[in-house]
Amino acid sequence: MARYDRAITVFSPDGHLFQVEYALEAVRKGNAAVGVRGTDIVVLGVEKKSAVKLQDSRSVRKIVSLDDHIALACAGLKADARVLINRARIECQSHRLTVEEPVTVEYITRYIAGLQQKYTQSGGVRPFGLSTLVVGFDPYTGVPSLYQTDPSGTFSAWKANATGRNSNSMREFLEKNYKETSGHETIKLAIRALLEVVESGGKNIEVATMTKEHGLRQLEESEIDAIVAEIEAEKAAAEAAKKALAAPKET
Amino acid sequence: MKLDTTGMESAAPVWGSHNELVDEFSAAPSFELPNTTDFDGFQKEAIQMVKPAKGTTTLAFIFKEGVMVAADSRASMGGYISSQSVKKIIEINPYMLGTMAGGAADCQFWHRNLGTKCRLHELANKRRISVTGASKLFANILYSYRGIGLSVGTMIAGWDETGPGLYYVDNEGGRLKGMRFSVGSGSPYAYGVLDNGYRYDMSVEEAAELARRAIYHATFRDGASGGVASVYYVGPNGWKKLSGDDVGELHYRYYPVMPSTVEQEMVEVTGA
Repeated sequence: MARYDRAITVFSPDGHLFQVEYALEAVRKGNAAVGVRGTDIVVLGVEKKSAVKLQDSRSVRKIVSLDDHIALACAGLKADARVLINRARIECQSHRLTVEEPVTVEYITRYIAGLQQKYTQSGGVRPFGLSTLVVGFDPYTGVPSLYQTDPSGTFSAWKANATGRNSNSMREFLEKNYKETSGHETIKLAIRALLEVVESGGKNIEVATMTKEHGLRQLEESEIDAIVAEIEAEKAAAEAAKKALAAPKET
Repeated sequence: MKLDTTGMESAAPVWGSHNELVDEFSAAPSFELPNTTDFDGFQKEAIQMVKPAKGTTTLAFIFKEGVMVAADSRASMGGYISSQSVKKIIEINPYMLGTMAGGAADCQFWHRNLGTKCRLHELANKRRISVTGASKLFANILYSYRGIGLSVGTMIAGWDETGPGLYYVDNEGGRLKGMRFSVGSGSPYAYGVLDNGYRYDMSVEEAAELARRAIYHATFRDGASGGVASVYYVGPNGWKKLSGDDVGELHYRYYPVMPSTVEQEMVEVTGA
């Protein structure tokens, strides 16, 4: 088995591309990221490592825009992310230049996934060690979309998804609690999913919303704190209601 | 067409084998010099060689109901009329037309090529390409062949999500958006009639008649235009050919022969 993970162009006897699988491991070690699609909004949330004292936190934005109507969050190797994001941004502009139209979310996701795939089928290079969550609005139909790509170069559309650390627990939570939402409710759902695996508080979460009218908007720490407080209050109220129901039985 | 990405490069690898993935980042911009004796003038020579061409009349205009496209059908080689039945309106796809002026082979081939690109765009993006996009693709191709001697003066007319669209594209890579265009040696004559009779709110029949008359008048005065005046209409459901009238017959329709009074009549003199 050790002989089949040196050069990624080689399949192992049982059909694995080990370098790609190792890249997926790198993703699993990256910070948690979640994306939720609503009817008129898409929300991205990312776990922020606890603030290092001397670091200027504004220089480590984890949710970036690719164009006016497209944004991206990722989990995995941040240096690889920078390169991929640059290529995607160039492609967005190149598309505008050649057909005088903005890209659709599907197009740019397909491009990013294609790029990731290219690096799994060439000699001397390693795959990109990141999975991305691409969100945006279709420039013509105005329909919101959420897509995910991974180091193997596959992509698909999602109603809600998570990647990075503890993504399984987040995805389980989303599967249980997802329903069609809009506006504020969608933001709450995304934050609730993130809070399953992250310490609560605005300091540890970065959230951004994308709407058709206002584009990408990063939420302030205070706004996040307020929503977290809202969620905690709802949780407490639900707990209290459950206790009240259980009480009569205890006689 | 490769965008110049020199401003956006990451640090080039210091050592290691070059492969196509890495070279995109580190290659310095360069281009091959053309293999010619007259470096400064060879492009002008190529243009002069094809200058006399574009013996034709084509026109297109946008009006309330859509786009009207019309053309003659004469092909001339100098003073010799080689054909009176050339199809100068090329069907790129069911909702887009292109007109032919200049080199017939160039126009036919590149329009067909554009049709291919439009179809690939549709398949990849699950939506039709816009007239803007199609004309931009075409103009970029022609720009990359600039100076080689292509002769193409075409109008791309179509109907897309944003409504009717009309662009003029030529072999120098120029691309113009507009409401009325006429291309070819007969265009000055066609413009005279077209500009005079144009109104935005015309019905389809009125617009077709205007287009037909404009082509007819161009064929009347321009020796390189003639044959059949074809008129096509592009609407929300795609294009439709409206008419194809021989310009000779159109002449007598517009200017029927009037019986005139006889001033002197020759009578046979008997005897003497």
